[in-house]
Amino acid sequence: MSCLQTIQDYGLRSLGIGERLLPREGFTLCEQFTLIGSGMIWNIYFGVIALLTGFFFATALGVGKASANPWFRKPAAWFIFIFRGSPLFIQFFFGYFLFQTLKSEYAFFAPFTAAWLGALIVLFLNTAAYSGEIFYGALQSIPKGDVEAADAYGLSGWSRFRRVIWPTSLRLAWPAYTNEAIFLFHATTLVFFSGFPAWQQRGDALYYASYFADKTFNPFVPYPILAGYFILLTLCIIGVFGLINSRLNRHLPRAQRRKIRLRPNLIR
Amino acid sequence: MFSFCTDPSLLNDWFWTACYLTTGVHMSFYLSFLKVLLLLAVTAPVALAFGFGGAMLARARFAPLSWVGKGYIALVRGVPDIAFFLFFVIALDQGIEYLRHKVLCSDWDMPIRQGNDFVVCQAAKMPLGNAAQWVHETYGFALAVFTFAIVFGAFAANVLFGAMRAVPHPQLETAAAYGMSHRQTFWRVLVPQMWVYALPGLSNLWMVLIKATPLLFLLGVEDIVYWARELGGTKTARFTDYPHPDYRMWYFLALLVFYLIFTRISEVALDRLMKRLTRGQATTGGEAQRRAGA
Repeated sequence: MSCLQTIQDYGLRSLGIGERLLPREGFTLCEQFTLIGSGMIWNIYFGVIALLTGFFFATALGVGKASANPWFRKPAAWFIFIFRGSPLFIQFFFGYFLFQTLKSEYAFFAPFTAAWLGALIVLFLNTAAYSGEIFYGALQSIPKGDVEAADAYGLSGWSRFRRVIWPTSLRLAWPAYTNEAIFLFHATTLVFFSGFPAWQQRGDALYYASYFADKTFNPFVPYPILAGYFILLTLCIIGVFGLINSRLNRHLPRAQRRKIRLRPNLIR
Repeated sequence: MFSFCTDPSLLNDWFWTACYLTTGVHMSFYLSFLKVLLLLAVTAPVALAFGFGGAMLARARFAPLSWVGKGYIALVRGVPDIAFFLFFVIALDQGIEYLRHKVLCSDWDMPIRQGNDFVVCQAAKMPLGNAAQWVHETYGFALAVFTFAIVFGAFAANVLFGAMRAVPHPQLETAAAYGMSHRQTFWRVLVPQMWVYALPGLSNLWMVLIKATPLLFLLGVEDIVYWARELGGTKTARFTDYPHPDYRMWYFLALLVFYLIFTRISEVALDRLMKRLTRGQATTGGEAQRRAGA
């Protein structure tokens, strides 16, 4: 079977399109590359959606935690502590069984026990907490002069936040936020190892990699392939976030622009 | 456990709960918490030692050694850690068996990798096929510890490497001016001073290590996640004296709370340690403490 045929059969296998049965014997390199690559669709899906939606919630959490009003501050601080203080792995398990318990009561929760929605919600809450802490830190380190200048221009309330505080804090937070984004994509590999079932063997990249490692009893091929894919993905994230970073800093003289220092990869 | 537990079906809610939570399997569940703590207690120093070694290698003046150290640091970062965990457990196991096979069965003429099988002679099996159950469990646990140490050693190496470079350079120059050799400078000046720079990174790492312990489950150790899944599942009256519906949500809630409390305690303890270490240091924190005292 030619490699092109394999790509046609398994390229979208993780979405359930193409060949139904996974390869069972005589695993070729091409099959491993194709299937693991196909699984990356899920990693990208989880990462992108959680990041996009989490961004807004994280902004709210950051502002809430920095607020002087205890009615906003306490809930935001507790939320951040709970999601940052416990392992994501346990959060996935808890989320899955919570949704399952709810499902037995209300039929409305049925889709939540599937990975595409349930795991996405857990990831969304988790990344919101981590990024919320980053945004909170950035709000704390806005130069005093910026806020005073805004006051001097007669800006206050919403317009001061919208035009001065928020853009500045985003600019300050961006390098850390880039790292958070990289973490999040790495964390998506946990989804199918934590309760959420891979329906009809539609799993993510690590799911297929461990499938191959189990079948061939040879970890030295699938995991390096997975690593390669993730390094590529990480480079793409760095590229995109770098573009946004340079746009956020476009008003600054070139020497003052903050370079993104990468400190990726810690478990959450 | 209690004397009134002989017939659980007759008990009311409170007594039932008390009996239920003290059954033999629950004792194994509680024991697995100790397993997690043991893993942390063993892994943290080993990982720190790995990290120290890695950082020393990365600082080496002999270029190839420095490449090894930097390569080790760079290798483990940038790839999802869970992939590393899954990879190292099999890779280490096969590596050990491969070495034993080469030593013990040198007259073996078949290839070790036959298609999808990894075949070594009986004597090279690790642990031996006829070994007791506890040997298998200990071996699995040791592999897990070693895997954790490799991965976290790389993180620690990165932190310590940064901390070693953060020590003010004049300190090292002064040491050199006093005629200390390179080795003496390292052990007497650099290492005692670097900890205060390393502590924020290391305490962050400790938190991360705590949160990585559930991954033991993926390494095949019967840890708290394993037991929570086992015990929480629906039980019918046919197989147990304590039939109950699906409790897994509550078990995982308990684990969540356990980790939150553990994280909180660590935070407080590490804050105290940081205060102790900054005392008398030439940093902003140390200066602030001096001012407050004066």
